[in-house]
Amino acid sequence: MAKEPVRVKEAAANERNKDFREVVLGYSENEALAEAARCIQCKNPTCIEGCPVGIDIKKFIKQLAEKNYRGAYFTIRETNDFPSICGRVCPAEYQCRKTCVFTMKDEPFASKIAINIHFLERFIGDYGMKNDLEIPVAKDTRMSKHKVAVVGSGPAGLACAGELARAGIGVDMFETLHKPGGVLRYGIPPFRLPRDILDIEIDYLKKLGVRAAMNFIIGRAKTIDELFADGYSAIFLGLGAGVPSFLGVPGETLCNVYSANEFLTRVNLMSAYDFPKHHTPVNIGKSVVVVGGGNTAMDAARVAIRLQKMNGMAADTTIVYRRTEVEMPARRLEIEHAKEEGVKFHILIQPTGFMGDETGFVKKIKCLKCELGEPDSSGRRRPVPVRGSDFESDCDLAVIATGLKANQVLTSVTPELKTDKYSDVIVDKETMETSIRNVFAGGDIVGGEGTVIEAMGMAKKASRAIIKRLSA
Amino acid sequence: MKILKKDILIDTASTRIVRLELDSPVIAKKARPGQFIVLMICEEGERIPLTVVDSDPAEGRITIIFQELGMTTKLLGKMKAGDSLYSLAGPLGHATEIKKYGAVMIVGGGVGIAEILPVARAMKAAGNRVVTVLGARSKSLLILEKELKNNSDELLVATDDGSYGKKGFTTDIVRDLLQKSKYDFIYSVGPIPMMKRVAAVTRESGAKTISSLNALMVDATGMCGCCRVTVDGRVRFSCVDGPEFDAHLVDWEELEKRNRIYVDKEAHICKLNNV
Repeated sequence: MAKEPVRVKEAAANERNKDFREVVLGYSENEALAEAARCIQCKNPTCIEGCPVGIDIKKFIKQLAEKNYRGAYFTIRETNDFPSICGRVCPAEYQCRKTCVFTMKDEPFASKIAINIHFLERFIGDYGMKNDLEIPVAKDTRMSKHKVAVVGSGPAGLACAGELARAGIGVDMFETLHKPGGVLRYGIPPFRLPRDILDIEIDYLKKLGVRAAMNFIIGRAKTIDELFADGYSAIFLGLGAGVPSFLGVPGETLCNVYSANEFLTRVNLMSAYDFPKHHTPVNIGKSVVVVGGGNTAMDAARVAIRLQKMNGMAADTTIVYRRTEVEMPARRLEIEHAKEEGVKFHILIQPTGFMGDETGFVKKIKCLKCELGEPDSSGRRRPVPVRGSDFESDCDLAVIATGLKANQVLTSVTPELKTDKYSDVIVDKETMETSIRNVFAGGDIVGGEGTVIEAMGMAKKASRAIIKRLSA
Repeated sequence: MKILKKDILIDTASTRIVRLELDSPVIAKKARPGQFIVLMICEEGERIPLTVVDSDPAEGRITIIFQELGMTTKLLGKMKAGDSLYSLAGPLGHATEIKKYGAVMIVGGGVGIAEILPVARAMKAAGNRVVTVLGARSKSLLILEKELKNNSDELLVATDDGSYGKKGFTTDIVRDLLQKSKYDFIYSVGPIPMMKRVAAVTRESGAKTISSLNALMVDATGMCGCCRVTVDGRVRFSCVDGPEFDAHLVDWEELEKRNRIYVDKEAHICKLNNV
């Protein structure tokens, strides 16, 4: 039995919920060494299969334990260009930590004693960042005559751009918004992924020679055909799933009923928490209700509680979820953090509508209680509303965080790009090539809502296929 | 993103309306009547949508016209030729469906007159008989009359105070016109109360009426839903499903309320910055 895991330091819950500084403070060198020493270096490691990009976890932890941080960094970088991001946002308890030998087979999440691989990755990523470690770019003239357009600068686009640039290919990355990062910037709050970390990781791509064009809407300013006419040999689409779903209940267009995307974009991308220094406003309420049980819901609730505190209000933010906590798709760490910071959890509740005042602002939420029924197609037990259990409660600001759909700005004007019933782009599973030759895709535009590292995994697969195609 | 030319169209104690020509070859090449751009004046700024009033693909420039109302438009109004915006993206939204309808009536009120200019021009070029109706509070606040006259078969003006044209509202003229003859397509842009009233008047005549909505937006590419508006009982996003909708089916009261979500904060930031 391994020794107790090394707990990572965190900012105190009653302090950190007053600002947007980072919550998880990461391991010190000694803590990282102690945690790495717990790894038993399995002969046949199972952790690696849990990593969507297949980081050689066993090797980098061994190198870390031997204080060969530089070596560990390059080991990770062989398969992951963004260790400081992934070490912060990966849901490791569903991935590498879940397949760690210390997790029993039938546990729903990683065991508490599974190695804290993500914190070790973060330690190494940050080490590389602080010490300016750089991966050499291949000087391959067969490749350098090509240029590839990467559409979208979220996790998939960043990963693909990095891989292609390292192979010596010229890369132009196009982003619709005014800053790169996609969901890493508009979706994930700075207290989970500080903006300087994000900026440094993205700047790394510039060192590799990636050119980034902001404010450039592919599908509007240029079409796929026009990109090919401009001389691009291939195109990668990392368009993302950024279209918010709503509940479709009465009162949902009342003022102060936000989609999680709007609420988070205002705060994360536009820095509305720093209004009026930043000019984009966001409202906050006395009784905030966040609907949903995923990471986005946790982020929205934790943002809301911070805005309440920053505006001198009592913390009163409630997550409302149709199922129970165990079915929540959120990272366990986010659920814990949200609770520690004062977010209330009301489970087995389904909203049925909102009611407002004469000025059009929301004042009440109407709900039904639920019971868990038989498992549905997702394998999770289906919530069944209890007849006659209707109730109302105060709600002067609501955030709907019940899922996101595919971005359609490009696909809607590109009929030859085949999509499925969810408007996701259809690809060849092996190469990630779409129905248009030399156009590849990856990330949420292909798989629906996934994790950052899953998007990166798909992008890497696509980049390998692009490199192969261009070498032929 | 550079400002190439600046003209102040109206500069009175109550109202300032500014025209800017912006350097943007990519958008100029693609923008069609009815589409808009989203811009930021500085890194701390808001993203605001503005209609493309004119685009010159040969020169690589687009024209925007705006009234100084909130923090961003007031700061934008202070920028000079030679200055650069922080961000400019587009073109966004669906273009107006331009074709030969027959008799087309185009109604503009206030700074909304700027938004009808590209549509009037295109409708005229498509061979329509174009009758334009302009509304302003007073003669001194009327913009683009000459430009619209050049693109209309007939142009009528209403002013609230009667200082020019007919005393009253655009709706009075619209009603008269509809009584005299039949229109195949009506396009109206202006303050929400005007668009609402025009829609009420044209509904009786049964003429297809389209309005371009001025909902609040953040990303303006379909990702936030800030601009959602109820049309025919369905929730639509102004940015990607619009900005034009059937004026007879828009829930105008809801739009009016939603556009007031941040009035307090807007007043606060303007006061704080003394603009």
